[in-house]
Amino acid sequence: MWDRIYYEFADTWAITKRNLLRYTRLPQLIFFSSIQPIIFLTLFNFVFGGALGSAGAAFHGKYINYLLPGIMVQVVLFGGLQTGIGLARDINSGIVDRFRSLPMSRAAVLAGRTIADSIRNISVIAIMLIVGYLYGFRFYNGYWNALAMVGIYLLFGFAFSWIAAFLGLVLKDEETAQLAGFVFVFPLVFASAAFVPVASMAKWLQHFANNQPITFATSAGRELALGVPGNGAAWKLLLWTLGILVVFIPLSVWSYRRRT
Amino acid sequence: MAQEFAFEVKGAAKYFGEVKALDDVTLKAEQGKVFGLLGPNGAGKTTLVNMLSTLSEPTKGSLKVLGVDVVAEPQKVRKLIGLAGQFAAIDPYLTGRENLYMVGRLYHLSAKESKKRTEEILDDLKLTDAANRLAKTYSGGMRRRLDLGASLVGHPKILFLDEPTTGLDPRTRLDLWQTIRELVAQGTSILLTTQYLEEADELADRIAVIDRGRLIAEGTSSQLKAKLGGDLIEFELEDANQKDAAIKAVTAVSKSKPTYDEQTNVVSVPVGSDGSRKLAEVVRQLDQAKIIPRRLSLHEPSLDDVFLNLTGQSVADVESERKRKKKRGRPDVG
Repeated sequence: MWDRIYYEFADTWAITKRNLLRYTRLPQLIFFSSIQPIIFLTLFNFVFGGALGSAGAAFHGKYINYLLPGIMVQVVLFGGLQTGIGLARDINSGIVDRFRSLPMSRAAVLAGRTIADSIRNISVIAIMLIVGYLYGFRFYNGYWNALAMVGIYLLFGFAFSWIAAFLGLVLKDEETAQLAGFVFVFPLVFASAAFVPVASMAKWLQHFANNQPITFATSAGRELALGVPGNGAAWKLLLWTLGILVVFIPLSVWSYRRRT
Repeated sequence: MAQEFAFEVKGAAKYFGEVKALDDVTLKAEQGKVFGLLGPNGAGKTTLVNMLSTLSEPTKGSLKVLGVDVVAEPQKVRKLIGLAGQFAAIDPYLTGRENLYMVGRLYHLSAKESKKRTEEILDDLKLTDAANRLAKTYSGGMRRRLDLGASLVGHPKILFLDEPTTGLDPRTRLDLWQTIRELVAQGTSILLTTQYLEEADELADRIAVIDRGRLIAEGTSSQLKAKLGGDLIEFELEDANQKDAAIKAVTAVSKSKPTYDEQTNVVSVPVGSDGSRKLAEVVRQLDQAKIIPRRLSLHEPSLDDVFLNLTGQSVADVESERKRKKKRGRPDVG
């Protein structure tokens, strides 16, 4: 019993280490996955920033204060998508067959991947904060709340990784997994409070935008970073995070275990 | 207590929808031996290996590895086996050493034991010099060796080698054969799948031939060849009038009646096994009868002969048929 629990962790660590080592061997991947969010942040801030100046008014006068939490959520989700792509690649390369023939934990291959991708998300978040600061973003609500924002985003990204893992396992193809991920991440991110206020959207869309997790995530982040009212968005986000984990961890592990 | 079989397959079948990748296969393999599974691409070799190594479950039938049922207790089976396939299942972005160490940890060896095993295997498989290089820089043969090494880390009692030499150059193939022989000498039981009769002949104590999901023959290499009529000696006559004298001269050596083809002027002498010794005998007999043969040759049965004989279809036919039928997607159910 105890050694089973021990090996769940030990195996997960072995796979996490493998995935992190891979990232250090692919510096170009790290480079481009860091460049991409910087480009997003830059384009949004300087392209939409002027038009949306009024949206920033309530957020200590600057659109970047409004924008950065939104972009961070987007970045964390993109990071999560990598999980599915990576898993599909492993399945096709045959290494998953090796793992499945070993007396190791059935969840470790997935957990090791989602954890490694979350660790990579930390570095991407750090880069976003640095560039955000250069563009004028500031925390207005203390260190602990700033840390809490980073924490809930990482956790949300981790949960999202499990959705992507399931997609990767079911679709078994890198490109399809990537496309499938984008197909539902884009509408979720754009039809949310991530970049523009929900009140400016079409009426029918507002209902959706006001009640989906990306909006909760951005509102929660703004509350924690800037001290503006969030109407309990942080709790709603945590509920969503928990819900995703409860559904998609068993679903992914089941899909991995299934021996067809 | 009776010794367990290395593996035991009873009435195993695997269907993918309409496709019967494997149908009603029954096999037993003794411990400490090499069991060869011979067949063309798509015959069902990989399907059987996948079921024995717990990657997939049978549609019907039962499979046991050292007496442990693969469906009921897969985790227990995984502790007993090592698997090396036709695709080198290693991480190209880890070094050789990191790959082996990771697999050691995943076999639940201690950190110390994993390190020790890693060095032993690097040494055994002559990979020590390349141990700190990323596996993606390895040659095809080195990758295959590393893959084999990874399957050995956990001290498996049974090793499944799925076409371990497919796509390797002849020299590397010979090296790998040598490694396999050394493993058997250490007491490992091996299931080896191959498309090459030569390879099964060279390494396997027993051979099962499968084609399109069905077991079509089983036995030792010499039993299988004997079934085919074994080796064949052929020679061409200078003068067609010598045919009766020639047939008379070689009848004593021949296992069944020699045949003569009028069009090519060729006499065929089926001699069973031990063809090279019989060849000398044929030469002596012809010499005594004062017949000088042209183009004297010895044919050993090839995989193609096995197939032709057992299925009435050559390997090339099976291959081209398979290519025609092959749909998009992961190609290998075989």
